[in-house]
Amino acid sequence: MGNLLEHMGIEKDRIHFSWISSAEATKFVDVVTEISNTVRAIGPNKKLVKDYS
Amino acid sequence: MDTCINKIREIALKLLENEEVEKVVGFANGTIPMATSPITIDSKQDVDKLVFNSTCGLNLANYIRNQKGKLAIVAKGCDSRNIVNHIVENQVKRDQVHIIGVPCQGMVDKKKIDALFDDDIIEFTEDGDTLKVKSNTKEETLSKKDFLRENCSLCQHRNPVLYDDLAGDLVEEQKLDNPYPDVDRIEAMDSDTKWQHFEDLLQNCIRCYACKNACPLCYCPTCFVDEAGPQWVGKGQNETDVSTFHFLRAFHCGGRCTDCGACVEACPMDINVRDFTRKLNKDSFEMFGWEAGMDITKRPPLDAYSPDDPNDFIK
Repeated sequence: MGNLLEHMGIEKDRIHFSWISSAEATKFVDVVTEISNTVRAIGPNKKLVKDYS
Repeated sequence: MDTCINKIREIALKLLENEEVEKVVGFANGTIPMATSPITIDSKQDVDKLVFNSTCGLNLANYIRNQKGKLAIVAKGCDSRNIVNHIVENQVKRDQVHIIGVPCQGMVDKKKIDALFDDDIIEFTEDGDTLKVKSNTKEETLSKKDFLRENCSLCQHRNPVLYDDLAGDLVEEQKLDNPYPDVDRIEAMDSDTKWQHFEDLLQNCIRCYACKNACPLCYCPTCFVDEAGPQWVGKGQNETDVSTFHFLRAFHCGGRCTDCGACVEACPMDINVRDFTRKLNKDSFEMFGWEAGMDITKRPPLDAYSPDDPNDFIK
């Protein structure tokens, strides 16, 4: 699914898959931090988003 | 082709006469030239209606679900692979279908031929690789291999993979170095160009759902597009809704699509919706060595777990 989204033109770095156990709080924090940083670097997404304005 | 049509009629007649099957699903001539439509016949008198030529682009596997009795079906290479899909997905039992296999030389791209003429085509005949097309103002003799549909020119399974009778000699399969040149072309683009490509592709989509109705994979009792609670996707012409529909339709075909081209054949707006499904076909092949509908004993990759499944996308 990630590959197809990327194929359609959604940037690869917006799509993340991870496996985190409920006991792995530190891993959760690390993953979320990493995702926020990579996504922030690409900027806001305009694709597949409805414009209600 | 004529010998093949005679053979199909002969087999169909025999099956109906011996009451081995209740009905035969095949192709009949359409109401306009260069068109065929699916037909179901259940009496011997109608056997002569069956035809087979290079315009039989739809996929008959769509008509064999929810059967009580036994039926016979005329199947090209791709149709037979979709029948295998149906058997694997428990939509029909193997002993309920009698498959009349037809080795296929590819189907013609009707829109490409139409584009050569300014007015309506009034006659279409073929003899081997030669097509003769006539309109009121001109007549063209074409070579069939120049006018094959894209999926047929890239097809590597022209012979039926599963059959009970064969209505012609098996044909030589194409061996392609790269069966996915179209996918590679899109993959080489950057994200924004890809997005633009698909936006341009879908700009004419009228959401008629012909692609999903022609597709033998789309048989859910309620499609996600028709679902009202929750409503997964808006029903209008909003660009995002249109892309979402096409994206999800394609994803539901992941590891199941046989690239039969029925979706493109059915599209009234000439949208090459295969641009979506082809990517999934390529991925299935590269990641799982899988081509859909080749073997009734194997489970599709998205339906089975193996420790060897690629998982490097999980971080």
